[in-house]
Amino acid sequence: MSWFEKLLPKTIRTEGSSKKGAVPEGLWTKCPSCNAILYNIELERNLSVCPKCEHHMRISARMRLNIFLDEEGREEIGKNIKPVDPLKFKDSKKYKDRIIQAQKQTKENDALVVMKGRLKGDDIVVAAFDFKFMGGSMGSVVGERFVRGVNKSVELGVPFIVFTSSGGARMQESLYSLFQMAKTSAVLTRLADAGLPYISFMTDPTMGGVSASLAMLGDINAAEPNALIGFAGPRVIEQTVREKLPEGFQRSEFLQEHGAIDMIIDRREIRDKMHSILTMLMAGILEVPLLVDPIPEAVIAENVVELHSDQE
Amino acid sequence: MDLKFLDFEQPLAELEAKIKELRNVEFDNDINISDAIRQLEDRSRALAESIFSNLSDWQISQLSRHPGRPYTLDYIEHIMTDFHELHGDRAYADDPAIVCGLARLDKQPVMVIGHQKGRDTKEKIYRNFGMPRPEGYRKALRVMKMAERFKIPVICLIDTPGAYPGIGAEERGQSEAIARNLFEMAKLRTPIICTIIGEGGSGGALAIGVGDRLIMLEYSIYSVISPEGCASILWKSAEKSQLAAEAMGITSDRIREQGFLDEVVREPLGGGHRNFKIIALNLKEALIRHLSELKRQPIDELLDNRYRRIMNFGVFSEEAGK
Repeated sequence: MSWFEKLLPKTIRTEGSSKKGAVPEGLWTKCPSCNAILYNIELERNLSVCPKCEHHMRISARMRLNIFLDEEGREEIGKNIKPVDPLKFKDSKKYKDRIIQAQKQTKENDALVVMKGRLKGDDIVVAAFDFKFMGGSMGSVVGERFVRGVNKSVELGVPFIVFTSSGGARMQESLYSLFQMAKTSAVLTRLADAGLPYISFMTDPTMGGVSASLAMLGDINAAEPNALIGFAGPRVIEQTVREKLPEGFQRSEFLQEHGAIDMIIDRREIRDKMHSILTMLMAGILEVPLLVDPIPEAVIAENVVELHSDQE
Repeated sequence: MDLKFLDFEQPLAELEAKIKELRNVEFDNDINISDAIRQLEDRSRALAESIFSNLSDWQISQLSRHPGRPYTLDYIEHIMTDFHELHGDRAYADDPAIVCGLARLDKQPVMVIGHQKGRDTKEKIYRNFGMPRPEGYRKALRVMKMAERFKIPVICLIDTPGAYPGIGAEERGQSEAIARNLFEMAKLRTPIICTIIGEGGSGGALAIGVGDRLIMLEYSIYSVISPEGCASILWKSAEKSQLAAEAMGITSDRIREQGFLDEVVREPLGGGHRNFKIIALNLKEALIRHLSELKRQPIDELLDNRYRRIMNFGVFSEEAGK
């Protein structure tokens, strides 16, 4: 408090006037990587990728689904599933209050949003984590919504994609959270049995229980540039091994180099690349009926043409 | 102070030391003080009962990590016969923090997989304090697949602070190794019984912890993060571990209340480290009983039940309609 504020009687002091919240929000954003001051409208047009340094900023689950899916045919899955507090967990704050606070802040009920939708006209089910909701942590709701999403994929015979962004399992639900790792991994066996593609798209950050379950099980594991991905957090590792971590440790490029992920894709190219890959992976599945019931060659040729024209 | 005893065990330790001393006196001098000794023994038992009937969650956490607690190899020795250890993941290395092998349990062949901690400093380092690296989990998966092929049930004994947080472990895909096990264990076509024998430390424990039965020994714990880790994140102080242990509900009784357990195996008075034989016998009896139940189920039914069990994990609310 400055000397001037101290002079003022309590009643006319304006609370919080010195806090940074007083700066009006909404016009400019500072890039956390290169510190460039960016005009928000321009930044949004660039899908929250810094035009100066290509830094991929964290985005909300809604925005992720918005920029990934076609505008038409979206339908949210598991929207009515909401968190409860089975252990009456309380640290410095009650878990219940933390949930309410996160819900207000993000306008989401929990950290995962799942949607049925289309990618360039092809049906697909997509799940996206919201890091702003308690660090994108996985509790019972996240696990259940993920399961419903995968089951919807199997039911419709379409691919499933997840965009992860999470610190790991949610401590406030203790073992219930830990077991979501088993639950989300188990449901993926059904997707695999159905012969449908599962693509795991890891964004900054993907750690702990989420990384060590659903995120690493993709038929294709992809990541955005420079995302932090790993099991243990860098600080924990540094304290354990007592040496400095190598440059770029646990970043997407490091993971690709060590064989953990297939590819790194720029956010602005995800739609094109994913569509191209999925049409190839799905080609065999769409042809399955042909083995049982032969269709005249002309029809097959037409299908092939369609697949190619979809790829552009 | 005897380091083999926890702080709340100290009064017990002192009493026992006195009894031992008296016995030596009796033996050396050929005098009869057996009445006095018996009295002290009664007192010792009463003291143990009063201490152990009222343990806090934090004290149970300490017991689960007791330096004298039986480890996987101790249980194998006391419960099984014809143990043949199987080493290596066939890709990179053998991880001594997980032991695997073929053995017989009540004459039936089983594949046993368990975390292994060390007794003395040298062995502790060799076993990496029971913290596996990816090759440990991949070794476990390799032998599970073998068990599936030869129709041998899998017995997992869980006792780890967690998967090892190291540079090499990350480079070789710690996350993937754990995730792969969760995926494969969900559909492994042979019965799997998982028992927490000490510390069930998060993903590192779960990676050999998916199956048809979940058993906990009375003084073991199972949690999403260690009490210390939870305290340092949520309370910003590792000294609040006691509070964290209580908030997370990590003891066998609390977890049974949460509905995750098929059985809690009781330990001898004072904990398993006081009498390996009794705790091993109790566990053996439970394992044989559950195994015979599981073996009676046709394999497809067993897998359906396992899948349903996994899908039921979690609590949430769901309103009907929009």
